[in-house]
Amino acid sequence: MPRSAWYTLGFAAAICLVCSVLVTSAAVSLEERQEVNKTLDKQKNVLEAAGLKQPGENLEPAEVQKRFEAFEAVVVDLTTGQEDASVSPDDVDQRKMTNDPAQSVAAERNPALVQRVSNKAVVYKLRGEGGGLKMLILPIEGKGLWSTLYGFVALNSDLETVEGITFYQHGETPGLGGEVDNPKWKALWPGRRIFGADGDVAIEVIKGAAGPATEDPYRVDGLSGATITSRGVTHLLRFWLDEERFGRYLESLTPNRRAA
Amino acid sequence: MAKTNRDVLIDPLFNNNPIALQVLGICSALAVTTKMETSLVMSAALIGVLTFSNLFVSLLRSGIPSNIRIIVQLTIIASLVIVADQILKAFVYDISKQLSVFVGLIITNCIVMGRAEAFAMQNGPMKSVLDGIGNGLGYSLILMGTALLRELFGSGTLFGKTMFPLVADGGWYLPNGLMLYSPAAFFIIGLFIWALRTWKTDQVEEE
Repeated sequence: MPRSAWYTLGFAAAICLVCSVLVTSAAVSLEERQEVNKTLDKQKNVLEAAGLKQPGENLEPAEVQKRFEAFEAVVVDLTTGQEDASVSPDDVDQRKMTNDPAQSVAAERNPALVQRVSNKAVVYKLRGEGGGLKMLILPIEGKGLWSTLYGFVALNSDLETVEGITFYQHGETPGLGGEVDNPKWKALWPGRRIFGADGDVAIEVIKGAAGPATEDPYRVDGLSGATITSRGVTHLLRFWLDEERFGRYLESLTPNRRAA
Repeated sequence: MAKTNRDVLIDPLFNNNPIALQVLGICSALAVTTKMETSLVMSAALIGVLTFSNLFVSLLRSGIPSNIRIIVQLTIIASLVIVADQILKAFVYDISKQLSVFVGLIITNCIVMGRAEAFAMQNGPMKSVLDGIGNGLGYSLILMGTALLRELFGSGTLFGKTMFPLVADGGWYLPNGLMLYSPAAFFIIGLFIWALRTWKTDQVEEE
């Protein structure tokens, strides 16, 4: 039996309405749980970047929070490269800020394809026994092949040596670019050096295999089948550790670094 | 010839398996079967989506205008997939991260559309639900079987528990890296189909 066009239109509209209500109510009612999961996941990733949690280790939420207490979250003003104590780290949502023209600036054209840089960022400090800085964890992000990679890089107390790297969100091809999550690949990072002799960021993910960290400190193995994701990791590290972003902040923490 | 409810539920397991006979849903079967855990969650998500999409399509079947029926089915399936994805993100966040895009890709899983179009459009809600569960289980059966072999021989573990201690950890088992790559799933599914057709010879296609 043929239906009138109006019936068809009405039916389509009704289906869309019912489905959108279903999707919206699911999204809204589950949002809180998802947010809790996301925060936990972020904390776990900070721990993992810092080497305080083994990849694949399963931790209870309470244990994650306990271990995370050792960290001090600090707000860094990226426009000046100084710490900013006037804002609570809980109030800084870098992702939201980046999308708000009033709280971010457009980035110059860069190979990491970062469009905007937020005015503030949250970094995590781990204090050693004597109260000195033992480790510094910086947020990083940049384009891979399909998606933006969001992660953390942990620097040693000399602020030049990598302690670990981890990405907590990306949409790269599983098995290829998605291997940025592979613990074996991440294990290649500790001990690599960020800055070359001239003070510029020298670390690079190369095509093929690099030597061990002691002999070949500025290069890391590429991910096979994922040239563009590998390059993306190089570009985003260079972008964020550059003078214009965290470089200045790192310098303010270690005034003698350039002179050395 | 009307099938009994029992046949509707049981047939897709061996006699009319969506992966082994209809060769549908291969993409996700290759992608998520490196681990039992991800396969289990993926199977559950697919069974859920398939059952509900069959139910809703069947309930609406006499009202759906035939000229827009495919898009209506897709709208229903897509909504269910988004809901399933949201639920996974809220309750099994780690696994949903590993499944990444593949939960979303249930939308394009031919099994779901195939069952909506071929079965739910012609049958009542009760039978359609059973058909959804049956086909979901048929998919899960192959998925779990493939994941069992891939995880066991690829990583020496099952559900993350060590079965064969690896050489790298001081054990005796040298893992077969090929198992962790997609082609391994092709081989294993191929072997399953071979075994199934040796058992049920009527599934063999004529030359």
